[in-house]
Amino acid sequence: MSTATSTTGGADTAAVRQAIATTARPPRPGPLSTALTFGWRGMLKVKHVPEQLLDVTVTPVMFLLMFTYLFGGAIAGSTSAYLDYTLPGLLVMSVLFTTVYSGVSLNTDLTKGVVDRFRSLPIWRPAPLLGSLLGDSVRYVIAGTVIITVGVALGYRPDAGVGGAVASLALVVVFSFGLSWVFSVLGLLLRSPNAVMNAGFMGIFPLTFLSNVFVDPETLPGPLQAFVDVNPISILATACRSLMDGTPDGEAIVVALVVAAVLAAVFLPITTRLYRSR
Amino acid sequence: MTTHAPLAIEATGLVKSFGATQAVAGVDLAVPEGSIYGVLGPNGAGKTTVIRMLATLIPPDAGSARVLGHDIRTEGDAVRSLVSLTGQLASVDEELTGRENLILLGRLLGLSRPGARTRAEELLEAFGIAEAAGRLVKHYSGGMRRRLDIAASIVVTPRLMFLDEPTTGLDPRSRGQVWEIARALQAGGTTILLCTQYLEEADQLADGIAVIDRGRVIAEGTPAQLKASVGAGGLHVRLLDPDRRPDAAGILERVVGAVVLEPDPAALSVACSDAALAADGVAALARAGVGIAEFSLGQPSLDEVFLALTGHLAEERDPTLEEQPS
Repeated sequence: MSTATSTTGGADTAAVRQAIATTARPPRPGPLSTALTFGWRGMLKVKHVPEQLLDVTVTPVMFLLMFTYLFGGAIAGSTSAYLDYTLPGLLVMSVLFTTVYSGVSLNTDLTKGVVDRFRSLPIWRPAPLLGSLLGDSVRYVIAGTVIITVGVALGYRPDAGVGGAVASLALVVVFSFGLSWVFSVLGLLLRSPNAVMNAGFMGIFPLTFLSNVFVDPETLPGPLQAFVDVNPISILATACRSLMDGTPDGEAIVVALVVAAVLAAVFLPITTRLYRSR
Repeated sequence: MTTHAPLAIEATGLVKSFGATQAVAGVDLAVPEGSIYGVLGPNGAGKTTVIRMLATLIPPDAGSARVLGHDIRTEGDAVRSLVSLTGQLASVDEELTGRENLILLGRLLGLSRPGARTRAEELLEAFGIAEAAGRLVKHYSGGMRRRLDIAASIVVTPRLMFLDEPTTGLDPRSRGQVWEIARALQAGGTTILLCTQYLEEADQLADGIAVIDRGRVIAEGTPAQLKASVGAGGLHVRLLDPDRRPDAAGILERVVGAVVLEPDPAALSVACSDAALAADGVAALARAGVGIAEFSLGQPSLDEVFLALTGHLAEERDPTLEEQPS
């Protein structure tokens, strides 16, 4: 091997020696700065592979169009009345579906060598997890914004205006922070990204349908109705409806936030432990 | 090693099991600072598991180790701030560009935003990946990916670097480049722990070698010492026609001595330090009409070392035994 090769063909040994000689170790970055750097990494991924947003935006939009125009008239009397009812629920659904991808992307990371690199760095250990959550929140906001925008294009007008829409979106995103740790645990336990996706949707899909997202539970048989009423997704959807309507349902909002906090309190420590020992 | 250089790695009795499989069954290592130390063994011998323990990715089940003076169990953070790891799977993010990977690591190691950017450009240039800097790593060739991987490991120059099979799957030219980089790192004062299943690689780079098999160190020393421990040199013959190997083995056995069949189906060797006797052997082959592509008399290869130490060839282990911690 020659001592100086061209820069197109490979490494330039002299320059490599130079590069090795020039570094002094900088001070360690703080936990927040480290987490933000991982958040930046998450956003770069959305930038490089915007297609991944299609999965999480197209499905809810399809549901929106299908339910509104196929079943809307039958369920609520008119398509516009049904849109009023179901849009906040679809907002919940579209963002919650996105949280499954937090687990999928964590699992994808683990199948590559890059996690070993992160774990061998002298950084605050939960930073990669918290950071990717920051990146994921961008996806949550995009998924939610798409649904609200399509809804408005179809004639949805929240009584509380832009403020109501923003408040609902914010609530759903905060709830998703809690829920995403459940899928992170799945992402650390299961073997492949596909398995995480399947298991995740197997859970979230029925839970979403057994809620008040699509239909008013009043017509349901008693036991089913009881389940729907305590389903956190129903409660979250109720809270979002109330915010959109400009009549905030304090109880539903608080319950939704408490559920999110409990999910995070239980599943975040499990996630960090699993991540460390993996 | 007879010198008393301070030790970069000092491990005693490291043990690690995954379920019922004991991947590492009591490994001792003493790696002098500033050296390139080879850990040589076939797939599944436990090399990667040793590295993962020393880099504090997984705790050992038993035993202890100090890396640059810090205990891997209790001072993990101090260890992590002095070492860097180039894993068996390239430890870079495939879904980012080469430049973004280096900036990411620079930021995580505490460089300022402009500092990380400058450092990234400098490394991209030095490692010959400047032109591909804006492309996603998943589109890189194997050689480029490896170079980026090593560049990522020296964003801040480590005092100890773990190189886990750095040239597996690379073409000879890229392999040579990785070796050059490893030598440059050593010249800059970085200690390197090199895991490899390529005997030639350890012979080329390492100052000291530990041969590891089934989770244990079975031999240790300089490449020359290891070769000497196997005995005198030998006569190596490569035939034009692999089908004639049985004939050739018979002839050499009769004229020279016990024959070893090498992994190359056209090659065989026989222990022999006497040039005249070796010449007789070659002459006998020629008389019998066995075509010879090349022959040499020399020190035993590390292939033979491995065979002599373990009773099996380095390449013949079942690849499903590949260590896979999960």
